[in-house]
Amino acid sequence: MKEIVKLVSVLTVVCVLAGLSLSYVSSATQEARDYQDRLELLSSLSMVLPEHDNEPDKDVVEITDKTYYLAKKDGEINGVAFITSTDKGYSGLIRVIVGVQPDGEIISIGILEQKETPGLGSKITEDWFIDQYKGKSLENARWAVKKDNGDFEQISGATISPRAVTGAVQKGLQAYQEDKQEILGGGDVVQ
Amino acid sequence: MSFSKELIKGIWKENPVFILVLGMCPTLAVTTSAINGLGMGVATTFVLICSNIVVSIIRSYVPDRVRIPVFIVVIASFVTIVDLTMSGYFRGLYHALGLFIPLIVVNCIILGRAEAFASKKSIPLSIADAVGMGAGFTLALVMLGSIREIFGNGTIFDFSVFGSGYEPVLVMILPPGAFLTLGVLTGVFSAVAKYRSKKWRKYVSQDLGKTAVVR
Repeated sequence: MKEIVKLVSVLTVVCVLAGLSLSYVSSATQEARDYQDRLELLSSLSMVLPEHDNEPDKDVVEITDKTYYLAKKDGEINGVAFITSTDKGYSGLIRVIVGVQPDGEIISIGILEQKETPGLGSKITEDWFIDQYKGKSLENARWAVKKDNGDFEQISGATISPRAVTGAVQKGLQAYQEDKQEILGGGDVVQ
Repeated sequence: MSFSKELIKGIWKENPVFILVLGMCPTLAVTTSAINGLGMGVATTFVLICSNIVVSIIRSYVPDRVRIPVFIVVIASFVTIVDLTMSGYFRGLYHALGLFIPLIVVNCIILGRAEAFASKKSIPLSIADAVGMGAGFTLALVMLGSIREIFGNGTIFDFSVFGSGYEPVLVMILPPGAFLTLGVLTGVFSAVAKYRSKKWRKYVSQDLGKTAVVR
């Protein structure tokens, strides 16, 4: 009985100390982490949005569970960015940020998160792969990889990852198409 | 046992990967490139040093029967601290290693050193052991990562080795490549160790003899 009390008290003390120090570190780094998160979002937004003079991470439209980030120049919307994701990749979630002109044509895309096979599926983050989405819209491209009679390059040895990205971007564009009126609202749209 | 001996044993004589065969999961999983191996090695070394210090400090207060849960709590806390700090202040590194950091908790090198060494030895010796073991682990991971990256991607630390005409041997950066490379390297290490063992033993006994005389 005496031993049990000792075991329990040692474990309790260790766990309480660990918990306290972790909650301290967590709150001490909270601000820095939020700041880094915001920097990251801003830098990926500026990657896919045209030149703007607002803060697109604060200028957002939320429709159901989707968030649309608006880029504005002189008060007029000149680009919209949204994040789309898929679990159809080879492993884990692929998150893609897509920037479009108000009419739905892609300005650029960026891969925010992926756990594809390094050296194979991970090539979806390379420039040559990203660049092929520029200027594409739902109307002017066949949204599938070449193997499936589409317009987008696959990666030899890893067809699944490009297929997943293409599907995710297409899904995002379709959602944008549906929400377009509501997002752009009554504001003036630069064509 | 002297300080310097504890320091260097992890690199060669008791190399955690090639001789002790510990920590195989991260070894096989993350060594797809030299930089990944280096990052994992450095992060592991840091956690190893911290956990060895704390385990050595608390070693006389922890009853034997709960030592494993206590060690695990200590290790997991340090891993979480590393994770949070890197996320806040070294975002680039955090993304490069993101996936591997939580894996450190289950790296048996760390629990192994806490159990076999730090829980029995003084703080300075525990630090030496952690630094040496960490260096040996890092060295092994960088070797594995370099070989796999060179053959599997034609680069080392992202610098091209063979030029653009090289057709990468993809299998090397896929899981089978990890087993192949690890097997070959472990074999090489064992062969060299066997060849050197007579000389080594002679050297060690002479060395020990000398220090005994001097003292």
